[in-house]
Parts: sequence; structure tokens; C-alpha cells
Amino acid sequence: MNSNSLMSTISSWINRFETELQVDKLERKWLRVALGMVVLFVGSILLTAIVSGVHPPSHVETIDSASLHLGGEFAEDKLGVQAEALADGTLLVKLVAGRYGFYPREIEIPAGRKIKFRIASMDVLHGAHIPMTNMSTMIVPGYVAEVTTVFPKPGEYPMLCNEYCGMGHDHMWSKVTVTTPEDWRAPAEEIRHE
Amino acid sequence: MNDTTTQKLTLFNFWVAFGAFGLACFFGLYQVLERSGMFSFIQSPAVYFASVSTHGVLMAFVLTTFFIMGFGYYTATDSLKQPIWNPKLAWAGYGVCLFGVVLAAVPLLLGKASVLYTFYPPIQANAFFYIGATLLVVGSWIWAVIMIVMLQQWKQAHPGETVPLPMFATAANAFLWLWTSAGVAMEAVFQLLPWSLGLMDTIDVGLARTLFAWTLHPIVYFWLIPAYIALYSYVPQAAGGKLFSDELARLAFLLILVFGLPIGFHHLYMDPEQNHGWKLLHMVGTFAVAIPTLLTGFTVIASLEMAGRQRGGQGLFGWIGALPWKNPMVLAAILSLLMLVLGGFGGIVNASYAMNAMVHNTAWVPGHFHLIFAGTVVTLYFALAYQLWPRLCGRKLISEELVLVQLWSWFIGMGIMTTPWHVLGLLGQPRRISAVHYNSVLTLAWDPYELLMVIGGFVLLVSACLFVYLLYKTQTEGVGLESQSGDEGMNLQPVRPLPAWLNDFGLWNRVIGVLMALSYGVPILQFFFLKTYSPTAWGY
Ligand code: HEM
Ligand SMILES: [Cu+2]
Ligand SMILES: [Cu+2]
Repeated sequence: MNSNSLMSTISSWINRFETELQVDKLERKWLRVALGMVVLFVGSILLTAIVSGVHPPSHVETIDSASLHLGGEFAEDKLGVQAEALADGTLLVKLVAGRYGFYPREIEIPAGRKIKFRIASMDVLHGAHIPMTNMSTMIVPGYVAEVTTVFPKPGEYPMLCNEYCGMGHDHMWSKVTVTTPEDWRAPAEEIRHE
Repeated sequence: MNDTTTQKLTLFNFWVAFGAFGLACFFGLYQVLERSGMFSFIQSPAVYFASVSTHGVLMAFVLTTFFIMGFGYYTATDSLKQPIWNPKLAWAGYGVCLFGVVLAAVPLLLGKASVLYTFYPPIQANAFFYIGATLLVVGSWIWAVIMIVMLQQWKQAHPGETVPLPMFATAANAFLWLWTSAGVAMEAVFQLLPWSLGLMDTIDVGLARTLFAWTLHPIVYFWLIPAYIALYSYVPQAAGGKLFSDELARLAFLLILVFGLPIGFHHLYMDPEQNHGWKLLHMVGTFAVAIPTLLTGFTVIASLEMAGRQRGGQGLFGWIGALPWKNPMVLAAILSLLMLVLGGFGGIVNASYAMNAMVHNTAWVPGHFHLIFAGTVVTLYFALAYQLWPRLCGRKLISEELVLVQLWSWFIGMGIMTTPWHVLGLLGQPRRISAVHYNSVLTLAWDPYELLMVIGGFVLLVSACLFVYLLYKTQTEGVGLESQSGDEGMNLQPVRPLPAWLNDFGLWNRVIGVLMALSYGVPILQFFFLKTYSPTAWGY
């Protein structure tokens, strides 16, 4: 079926429905305006999602939250900004969220460059959000949260926990320093103390 | 028909609802005060989170469920002109619900269930909290069954006739609730209860969140439908006109029933355990369900315009001034539509797949739902209470003026409280935090808005107390009405016979079954195929 005949089938359906319901003239107009608005919103979201690949963090990958510290990519000495960038130049940052902090507590990253965060919880639900940016993800125990973004503006940002995680939830944050690309130096291969 | 059984059942349900509401507003005031950080002597995360958990449960589960049950019994008998089917069963349902509330309240108030009204494991509450919440749901199923049986009885007695609109909407809500609550019921029975009773050590949090999301969206329509019944069935009459289109109203309720259900993943946009394809699918449905709300806005405003013009209003906007602003039902409709427009705008931001990242779990979210739920929905609950109270107690409202003061002050208070919350959210303040000073300059920008929030909270508490006071005084000291008049107020204009698909739910339940299987089948089954590692229970 080509798009023309599809459109005409749909509009004949709408007509049948409107006569069966005895829809008033004004209402018909409004129904079309309402449909138009919804199509516009859904259309622009689908466009950015499918064409430009803009998606919220949806990385279905499981991990054993109880044994993060025993080794693997979330072991204490592997956390923080990774010395080696990914093939496309993206910087990889690994964090562990646990009551009550994101570890390591301070990281430094350059503005204007793609940053991929991989975050795992070692206990309960947490959420990570850097205010005024779109760096946001839920951190669900048992799953790896992965979110990629670019920080356009240098500055000091807090990374706040935004999902209730216990009595210390209010005090769960860490510090993210976004430097200009010139000032940024790749971390040396050193053991980081939090 | 307004027999004493119905009156009593409705009043008993309403008093639990409004008692919970009044109490929860005191918790609300404590929360804005504590959260503002201006009064160091009341600061305590332990009390704050016990309070928010209690406030959330009382408002979202107790106020709503009991109000909806009471209003359903009233609407069914009043619009179908038949007595309640099996009143004993109805009382049993009431008892089960109330027992559940008491069971859950004890651990909540003792700080043994500070897990918020959304449960969110693996933080674990005392088992009685989950048992109580489950009983509340089970009791409400009895109500839903009674509504559906009464609809069928009426249809058998009136073959070929069209179900009166208020009952059509109430039955739609009963079906909606059965579908909606299935998600959280599965979470409770298969996960929360065995886990909290120690029969199971671990819990799959991804599955639990998926099942809760199943419930979390359509539940808001469960709360909203009585408000829409007020808009369709009481407001046009109260304004001195008639409903613009009875049939489109039915269509709106059907669209809500069908599209409101399979779209819960907009609560999981930021979650790692579901793939983005499913989130996109639920996003489309989320926008589709805006259509019945846009239709409702149009139909109700058109009905108001017709009424305003009949009353002599002229010109493009003159009809607005000509409306009877002093009629509580009309005033409530205008104020709640205003809040619906603003809240609807916020809702579009939330629903927007990628933009959601900016506001997810920030103060924007409680700002949004206080505006649309505590604002739009609860304002219409107020109006319905003022409408029904005289007929339930046989007494006149003790003061028309105070009723108007109460409605206006609630609206103003909501405006003062929710506007700064929206701003705070855009400035990145998380929701669900007690007083806190992050040591970051960025967060200094939050301070001035917190003061406004506190003022709004005070206005709201005064308004809430006034509401409960008016109902109580009317019931105890109001002047008696001479005669119990018939159904003045409720829109029961005769309608022409309608095609079966507009008068029956059989087809729609099958459509919902298919849609739910499509949108939740794989996302739920995946947890049985993925190699998942479930965490154990944590305290707080
Ligand atoms: C006096 C009026 C009210 C005040 C001052 C108030 C205040 C608050 C505050 C401060 C919070 C906590 C926000 C946070 O920490 O994220 C909250 C949460 C909440 N409120 Fe209210 N509120 C009021 C009325 C209502 C009403 C009428 C409803 C609904 C019918 C309602 C429903 C809720 C819900 C569902 C939550 C969410 C709890 C959670 O995040 O777990 N509130 N309210
Ligand atoms: Cu946290
Ligand atoms: Cu929702």
C-alpha cells in the first residue's frame, strides 16, 4: 500500500467514525488540531531518536552488585576517568554508587568531549544527576547504568543522588570538575584514593 | 435513588478519604518547613522520610481509593436508579481496605516503613506495611466487582438502552483499576511479601520496577476519572447549560481506559533495565493518551461557553465573566482547568523521552504532580464533596462564602507552592531530600524559592482545615433540607441508542489484553531469561 492510499484509508475511517458518532463541526476541527499536535510531538521525538540516536540511558546489562569489590571493571583500582580513551575518542568514566557517595568522590573531565559514564550500585537504588545538564540516569542494583554526554561549559558541578536511598540520601554527592580542553590532562595510571 | 444504605456507605468512605487528606496536609506542612532548611531544630532525615512516606501513602492511596469507592457507590445508585448490589459485600470491602490502612499505618508512623509510597526495593520495610497495602488493593477490587455487576444488572433490565454517562465512566474506572492494580499486585504477591516475610532472600529490582511502572501510570487515571465525571456530568448543569457532546465524552473515557494502560515505561526512561525500543513504544502511547484530555478540555470549555452565552455573555471572552463564578462546581471547574493546562504543559516535558533527563527526579516532579493531582483532581474532589454533602446528610452547607474562600485559597496555595518547585527542579534540586546544603555554589541559587514554597504550604494547610471543618459542621449543625430532591445536578440527559462499542467494555478489554501483552510481555519475560543478580534486603 503506498502512502497516498494509506492516508485515504485512514481519512475514510475517520469520516465513518465521525458520522457514526455525529461529531460536531467544531469538534472535528479540534480533534484534528489535537491529533496534529500529538503527531508533531511524537514525530520530532522519533526523528531525534531514530535519526540522531538520542536515547535515554537504556543499556540492558546485568552485573552482580554484591561482588563489585572482588574484581572486574568496578574494582576500586579501576574506577575514575580511564587513561585510555575509546576508539572514537570518547572518554570512559567508571563510578560505583554506594551509600552515600559516588566513588571516586572527585573527577576531572574536559569540556566539549564525549564522556561515557558506566556506573554500578553496590547496594540500593540511586540516581545520578548533574544539575543543569542532561547527565542523568537511574542506578539500579544488578544492572550497569551507561550514559554518554558532552559538557559544553567548564565549571565545577555537583553530581547529586536523586533517588531516595536511605537516611543519608541528602548527603550523597560528588564533585565533577569540567575543565577547558586545553587544561585537561589525561589521568596517569595511578591508584586512586577516594 | 438515594437510599440510606448508599448514603451511609458513601459517607463512611468519604470520611476515611478526607480524614486521611487532612492529616496528610499536616505532614505536608512539616515537610516544606523541614525541607527549606530554615528551622534547624526540626531537621531530621529519619522523621522527614517517615513523613514523606506517610504523606505519599495517605494522599496517593488512601484519599483516592476511599473517595473513588464512595463516589462510585453514589454514582451507581443515583444514575442507574437501582440499589447497591450486595451491600454486605460492599461493607466487607470497606472493612478490608480500612484494616489494610491501619496495618500499614503502624509501621509507617513508627518509621519502620520509610520506603516511600513507591516501595522501591531493595530497601525493605516491615512486612505489615506491604500486607496492609495489599489489603487496601484487595478491598478495592470488591468495589470494582460491585460496580461491574451493577452495570450488567442494569443492562439486562434495559436492553438496547444507553448506559448513563456517569455510570459508563465509573464502570470504565472499575475495569481500569482491575487492569492497573494487577502490576503492583504481582509485585506484592510474588516479590515484596515473600521477601519481607523472609521466604525469599533476594529480589530482582529490575522486575519490581517494571511491575510497579505497570501500575504507576494508569493509577493517575484511576484518580482522575471521578474528576472528569464532575466536569462532564455536573459542571455544564451547574453553569446553566448542557453538555456539549455526550458521545465524545464516552469516547474520551474509552481512550483513557485503552491508552492509559500500556504506557508505564515513561516512568522508566532513565532506567538501565529496559531497552530503548520499549521506551519509545510507551512514549508514543503516552502522547496518544493526551488526546482524551485535549478532548475533555474542549468539550468542557465549549459547554461553559454555551452556558455563559445563554446567561448573556457577549464577545470573544465576555461569556467567561458571565459564568456563575460563585457556584462552587463552576469555580472549581475553572480553577482546575487552569491548573490542568499548566500541569499538562509540564507533563509534555516529562513525557518527552530525551528532555525527561533534565527534570527526572528533580523538584520539578512533585511540582508537576501537586499541580495536577493535588490541584486539578483534588479541587474537583472538593467540588463533588460540596455537591453531595447536602444530599448525603440532608443538610444545607453551613456557608456558601467559606466554600468559595476554600476553593480559591487552595488554588492560590498550589500556585505559590508549585511554581518555585518547578524552578527548583530546573535548577537541579532533587526531589525526596530533606534539608540539605550541598557545598556547591550552584545550589545557593535554590534558597529564595524555598521561602515561597513554605508560604504556599501554610496557605494550603489552612485551606485543607477549612474544607474538613465545613464538611464536619455541615453534617453536625447544618440547617435541614426540606425535601430530598431528585437528581438535580447530575447530567442524565437521554441519549440516543449508541453502537455497542460505545456502550460496552467487552471489545475494549480484549484490545487492552492485546496491547498489554505487546507492551509488557517481552519486557517482563526478559527477566526470566537474562542472567540477573538480585540484591538482598537493605535497611535504611
Ligand atoms: C498542605 C498541602 C500539601 C503540602 C504542603 C505538601 C507538601 C509536600 C512535600 C514537601 C512533599 C515532599 C517532596 C519531596 O521531598 O520530594 C510532598 C510529597 C508528595 N505529596 Fe504533597 N503536599 C500537600 C498536599 C498534597 C496533596 C493534596 C496530594 C495529593 C492528593 C499530595 C501528594 C503527594 C505525593 C504523592 C507526594 C510524593 C511522595 C514521594 O515522593 O514519595 N500532596 N508533598
Ligand atoms: Cu543515593
Ligand atoms: Cu505516568
